[in-house]
Amino acid sequence: MKRYSIFSLIGNALSGHDRWPLAWRSPEPKKQYDVVVIGGGGHGLATAYYLAKEHGIRNVAVLEKGWLGGGNTGRNTTIVRSNYHFEPNAHFYEFSLKLWESLSQALNFNVMYSPRGVLNLVHAPAEMDAALRRGNAMRLNGIDAKFLSRDEIAASIPNLDCSTGARFPILGGLLQPRGGTVRHDAVAWGYARAADALGVDIVQQCEVTGLRVENGTVTGVRTTRGDIVAGKVGIAVAGHSSKVAGMAGIRLPIESHVLQAMVSEPIKPVLDTVVTSGAVHFYVSQSDKGELVMGGDLDFYNSYAQRGNLPAIEAVVRACVSLFPSFGRLRLMRTWGGIMDMTMDGSPIIGKLPVKNLYMTGGWCYGGFKATPASGYVHAWTIAHDEPHPLNAKFTLERFAEGRTIDEKGAGPYPWAH
Amino acid sequence: MLLIPCPWCGPRNQVEFTYGGDATVRRPAPDAPEAAWVDYVYMRDNPCGPLDELWFHGAGCRGWLHVLRDTRTHDILASAPVGEPLSR
Repeated sequence: MKRYSIFSLIGNALSGHDRWPLAWRSPEPKKQYDVVVIGGGGHGLATAYYLAKEHGIRNVAVLEKGWLGGGNTGRNTTIVRSNYHFEPNAHFYEFSLKLWESLSQALNFNVMYSPRGVLNLVHAPAEMDAALRRGNAMRLNGIDAKFLSRDEIAASIPNLDCSTGARFPILGGLLQPRGGTVRHDAVAWGYARAADALGVDIVQQCEVTGLRVENGTVTGVRTTRGDIVAGKVGIAVAGHSSKVAGMAGIRLPIESHVLQAMVSEPIKPVLDTVVTSGAVHFYVSQSDKGELVMGGDLDFYNSYAQRGNLPAIEAVVRACVSLFPSFGRLRLMRTWGGIMDMTMDGSPIIGKLPVKNLYMTGGWCYGGFKATPASGYVHAWTIAHDEPHPLNAKFTLERFAEGRTIDEKGAGPYPWAH
Repeated sequence: MLLIPCPWCGPRNQVEFTYGGDATVRRPAPDAPEAAWVDYVYMRDNPCGPLDELWFHGAGCRGWLHVLRDTRTHDILASAPVGEPLSR
């Protein structure tokens, strides 16, 4: 891999930028790999990278049916945070946030991690109690959390309507200062480039159409570009986990739902924090291009369509203009949808599956992007050791049958309610 | 926008409805083995294609509907009152 640096930038600038090498190869798939990772998004590419980097397993292929990062890696709202209450989630996402902090250096690729802070607004006394409790739990787990009063919020986010006459009056907010945003496409590209440099084959336009299972053990995959023998197979296809696991006859506690996001036209800097409100189901940040990136709730019906309908968009925009009246002057530029694996307890499934040598990382609900580095790290560990890493030991598929669900929201087994 | 054909009210805007989820899930007998209950509470087929599902017309006739909808396209293929055969 040719390292990116100020010197390579100057050198290539002087030669007209026509000598940059391709960031990764596009090899024909081989007949056999030690590990096949299904899904060329952030999670699959990170899995392959950590398999090669941490475990020396380099005869690895990443199979992607479309193009790299064309699924949820390119459809999220780029937010990273670790402001969880329950211990399994808190430790897992905090590990992920620590990986984010040094990821640009580790990959020699600028993923533009921006610790601009993630602020959860509080609109009611009961919500205040819950936020303080969660903030204290975070601090006990070694995660940064700070409660801001309404006056502190009004001073730092002048566009936010903090008046007592607001439609949803703001009482305060829980801030995680190290939370923020990361350039989502760069995560896929950075992991792809670094994995490729370690010998991983990245194969795009190669859809897995079947899993070969013999005597309860997975032995390979069938693809649109031929059959491939595999020692182990990792599934990283969130949104379609049920479909791929189903190829091995495995049913999952997951429903697929569409979640929409949208951006306004680009404007000059107006918002330097990620602002969220659980009460009105809304979150917003400003991208480096100046667009306001917004999202809210699911469309609330099963979908694999990667597009949603207007009522969900209207709900997001309604929440936006009630919190930020001045944003009502903007026009929406673009909306899109991604397919979420909604699990029955709102937490992911990372680990071994009931077929030997078959593993998965999925079930991310709303929050897969921020988990990308940790998901790849522990998924790779689980594949290499055939047992979970301590950080994903609680995220098993068996937890549902064992009554050990990790239900952060307390919503019960209604996947669209998480 | 989903236009949901309510058997009693005709085609209506989706905002009048609440989603009730997979209509094929059946409650097991009280003495069924635990695995059957785990399956009932947690496991879903989650098909990529036509899905039998329940909708509640809360802002209309307050009736429950059985709807067959394609999860790839959102096209509604058929609907009926719960428990009656689907009409297209």
